[in-house]
Amino acid sequence: MTATTVNTHTDSTAALKKERRRAIAFGVFFLIVAAAILVLFIFNTDSQMVSTLKLNPTTRNKPIHVPDLVLPTQLTLIVLMIITGAIGAYQLGRGFKNAATALGVVFLLFIAAFLVWATRNKAINLLGILSFTVAAATPIAFAGLSGVMCERSGVINIAIEGQMLVGAMIAVLVASVTGSQWFGLGAAIISGAVLGAVLAVLAIRFIVDQIIAGVAINIFGLGITSFISQRYMQPNPELNTGGVFPRIAIPFLSKIPVIGPIFFNQNAIVYILFLTVLVMHFMLWYTQWGLRTQAVGEHPRAADTLGINVFRIRYINVIIGGMIASIGGAYLTIGSVGRFDENITAGKGFIGLAAMIFGQWTPLGTYGASLIFGFSDALQAKLQILGKVQVPIPSEWLLILPYLITIIVLAGVVGRTVPPAADGQPYIKE
Amino acid sequence: MAPVLELRNITKQFPGVLANDHINLRLEEGEILALLGENGAGKSTLMNILYGLYEPDEGEVFIRGEQVAIEGPADAIRQGIGMVHQHFMLIPVLTVTENVMLGDETVSTPIRILKRDKVAARIRELSEQHGLHVDPDARVQSLSVGVRQRVEIIKVLYRHANILILDEPTAVLTPQEADELFDILRSLRQQGVSIIFISHKLREVLELADRVMVIRRGKVVGETKTEEADQAQLAEMMVGRQVALTVAKGPAQVGEPVLEVKDLYVMDDRLQMTVDGVSLTVHAGEVLGVAGVQGNGQTEFVEALTGLRQVRAGKVSIDGEDITNASPRKLVEAGVAHIPEDRQADGLVLRFPVADNFVINTYYKPPFAKGWRVNRAAIDEQAERLIRDFDIRTPSAYVPVSNLSGGNQQKVIVAREFSRPIRLLVANQPTRGLDVGSIEYIHQQLINKRDAGVAVLLVSAELDEIMGLSDRIAVMFHGKITAVVDANEVSKEQVGLMMAGSSLEEALKQAPARSDAPIEAIL
Repeated sequence: MTATTVNTHTDSTAALKKERRRAIAFGVFFLIVAAAILVLFIFNTDSQMVSTLKLNPTTRNKPIHVPDLVLPTQLTLIVLMIITGAIGAYQLGRGFKNAATALGVVFLLFIAAFLVWATRNKAINLLGILSFTVAAATPIAFAGLSGVMCERSGVINIAIEGQMLVGAMIAVLVASVTGSQWFGLGAAIISGAVLGAVLAVLAIRFIVDQIIAGVAINIFGLGITSFISQRYMQPNPELNTGGVFPRIAIPFLSKIPVIGPIFFNQNAIVYILFLTVLVMHFMLWYTQWGLRTQAVGEHPRAADTLGINVFRIRYINVIIGGMIASIGGAYLTIGSVGRFDENITAGKGFIGLAAMIFGQWTPLGTYGASLIFGFSDALQAKLQILGKVQVPIPSEWLLILPYLITIIVLAGVVGRTVPPAADGQPYIKE
Repeated sequence: MAPVLELRNITKQFPGVLANDHINLRLEEGEILALLGENGAGKSTLMNILYGLYEPDEGEVFIRGEQVAIEGPADAIRQGIGMVHQHFMLIPVLTVTENVMLGDETVSTPIRILKRDKVAARIRELSEQHGLHVDPDARVQSLSVGVRQRVEIIKVLYRHANILILDEPTAVLTPQEADELFDILRSLRQQGVSIIFISHKLREVLELADRVMVIRRGKVVGETKTEEADQAQLAEMMVGRQVALTVAKGPAQVGEPVLEVKDLYVMDDRLQMTVDGVSLTVHAGEVLGVAGVQGNGQTEFVEALTGLRQVRAGKVSIDGEDITNASPRKLVEAGVAHIPEDRQADGLVLRFPVADNFVINTYYKPPFAKGWRVNRAAIDEQAERLIRDFDIRTPSAYVPVSNLSGGNQQKVIVAREFSRPIRLLVANQPTRGLDVGSIEYIHQQLINKRDAGVAVLLVSAELDEIMGLSDRIAVMFHGKITAVVDANEVSKEQVGLMMAGSSLEEALKQAPARSDAPIEAIL
C-alpha cells in the first residue's frame, strides 16, 4: 500500500516541479515580450504621434458606420506593454491554467503593439486586415480540423497536404468543365474521401506506419497534380478557369459593426468552415459518436471490450478527415484565386497540423490557432502597403512569428499539449 | 436446474502452446468460483474466450442451459457476462460517467446526444446499492487504483451482468483495498450474481471462493469445495508436485566480507537524500535481507550499488576493491549480479529474443564475441543450455522475451546472472508478481548461490520472504539502517514493528518473541 502511495506522490511532485519550471520559463518569456514592446516600439515613438485604424469596409455592403479608431501611439503602446507585463507577472506568480491560451494572447498583444507602432502618424484599414485574416485562416483551419478528426480517433493524418492539393486541383477542373463551383467543391470532397480511404486502409487494414503512409500520399498528391497541371492545364487554360465562389453578405449579421464585415461577408466555403467548427465541437463533446471517437483514440482495447468496433470508427473518421482537408484545398482555388498552380498549398496542410496541436486537438482551439496564423499572414500582406519608412524590416520577417510560436508550443514549453493517448498507434486485435 | 454458465470442451491453440485443452466448467447461480493456476496456465485465455475476445478452436458455451455463440464482447455483454480485466479498461481522460456509459450510451435521437445526467444518476443508484463509493463526475485519471476497480465493477453492473469475471483483481490492490473488494463481491453474490474469480494466490482463493477449479498447462487438473481444501493441497494441484511452502536451508557457512558499504549517501530524482548514511557488510555465504516498507530508500540504495545511480558520499567496495560510482559494466566484471526490481524496465530488452537477453551484459567478451564480430553459435549454444538448465518455458530461444510469462522472464534474468562467476548477488524484489512454482524456484536458486559462497543481498517488502531466506536482517527506515539482527533471534512481528519505525529495543519489548515453530508460508 505504502509502495504505491509513496511512488505516486514522488511522481506527481516531480511532475509538478517540472510544470512549475515551465510556467516560470513562460512568465519570463512574457516579460521579455513586454520589454521588447518597450525597446522596439515605445522608444521609437513620441507622445505627439497618433495611429489611425479604420474600421469600415471599403466594399459597397456598408454596415452601420463606426468612427475610425484614432489612438495616441505612445500611450497605447504603454498600455499594451503593461498588460503584457501583467500577464507575465501573473504567470510568474500564480501561473495560468492554460498557458497555451496565455501565449496566444501575448502574441496578439505583441502584434497589436507592432501594428500601432507601424501605423504611427498614418492610417491603416484594420478591418481589411481582419477580414483577410479570416480568409487566410480558412484553409489552415480545414487542415487542422481534418487533423482533429483523424487524430481524435487515433490515426495520424500527415497526408492532409496531399489531400488538399488534389482537392484544390479537382475543384478547379470540375468547376471549369461544369461551370459550377458547387460541382467543383463536391468533386473535391469525393477526392478527399478517396484519399482518406487510402490512408485508412493503409493505416488500419495493413498497419503501415502512419507517417510513412501519409508522406507517400503527399508525394503522390504533389506528383499527380504537378503532372496534370503541366501536361493538361497549362496547354488548355480553359481547364483552369473555375471561377470563385462569390461573397455572400449574410443579411442582418453582416450589418453588425466590425464583426459583420469580418466574419459575415465571406464566401460559402468560409461559412461551411464555421459550420464545421461548430458541428464538430458539438459532436465531439456531446454525442455518442464523440465519446466513442475519444475512447478509440485514447484506449482502443478498452473500447473493443465494450463491444465498440474500433476499426469502423477509425475508417469513418479518417475518411471524413480527408473530406474536410479537401474542402480546405478547394478553398485555395475556387474559394480565392480561381485557378490552380503547382504546389498551391505551400505547406498549409502542415501549418494546419500545427494549429491542431496549438489548439490542443479541439475544434474551437484549432480554429483560434488558425486565426492567429492567418492574422500574421494578413499583416504581412498589408504592411507592405505602409512602406519601408514606417516598417524598416522586410515584412516577410513577420511571417516567421507564427512558426516561432509553433516551435515554442511544439517544444513542449506549454507542457499541456497532450495528444490522444493512442494517437498514431495501430490497433491489432488479438 | 441448469447452471448459469457451462463451458464444454473449450480448446484454444496458440502458436507453440495449447492454452486450453478441452476445458469444462460449470458455474452455479450465486456462487463464487475461483480459477486457480500458475501464470500462463490458461486461465485468462479461457475467460477471454468466454468474453468473446478470443475465438476458441473448439467447444461450446451454454448460458442457463441454452447454447450461445459469443463472437465478440458485444455478444458476451448481451448474454449478461461482464469482465473486469487485469489491466483496467478505463479511459483516464474521461469521467466515470463517460467510462461507464461507453458502448452502451443512453442517448436521445436522432443524432445520439449523450444523456450524462441519466447515467450519472444510475451510477449513484448502483453505488448506493452495492456500497461502491464512486463520484460519477470525477475523471478516472484522478482516482486511485482501488476506486478504478470499483468503476470497472459499476461498468459491469450498469450493463445488468449477472455473470461477473474478475481477472487477477487483487494483483494491483493494497491489502485493505483487497478486503473491501471481497466484501463487495460477497454482497454481489448475495444478490444472485455469479462470479468467476481468477487468481494464483491461495490465501485469497480459500478466503473468498465457494469452489475452486485448478488449471495447469491448459487442463483442468482438479476441482474442490474450498471448505475441503487447504493451501498445501491446492499448491500441489496447481504446480503438479509437492511445493515447499518454506525454503529448506541449512546454517550459513559465513566467509570473508564481500560487499562493504560505508556511510553511503544517495539522492533520488528529486534530489532528496533518500539513502542517508548507510553502512553494512555482506559476507560470502550469507543472505542479508534488507527489510523495509517500500519507498524508504531501498530502490536508490540498490541502484547505487549496481552503478545505476550516482553515490553522493561514502564508499562501496567488493572484496576490498573500491567500486564507488563504478560503471555497471565494471561492476559486472567485478562479479556483481543484479536481479532488478522492475524486470521489464531494467532487466530485459523485451523485444530482443531470449537468446540475446542472455548475453546482454557479456556479449562483448569471448566466447560470445570473436574480435568485433558476434559469435552466434556460442550465443545459441548457451541459450539452449540455460533454457534447459533453468527450465524456462519458451517455444524457442528466438522468440521475443516479451512473449514469456512473468515467471519465465524472471528465470531468464536469473539464468543470465548466474551463468557467469559472481561474488555478490543483489536481488531486489525477486519474486514480485510471480506464482508459487516460480517463487519456490527463485528462492531455491538464491539459497543455492548462498551455499556456493556468494554474498547475497536480498531487498524485499515481503516480510515472509525476508524471514524465510535471510541469515541476517537489516531494517531500513527513512534512508537509514535502523537495526541489523540475526534472523533466528527475531519474530516476524518484531521486524514488522521495526519496519514501521520502532527501535530494536521497543520492537523486542512490544511484539511477541519468536516461537520455535517454523515460519509461516511465504504464500
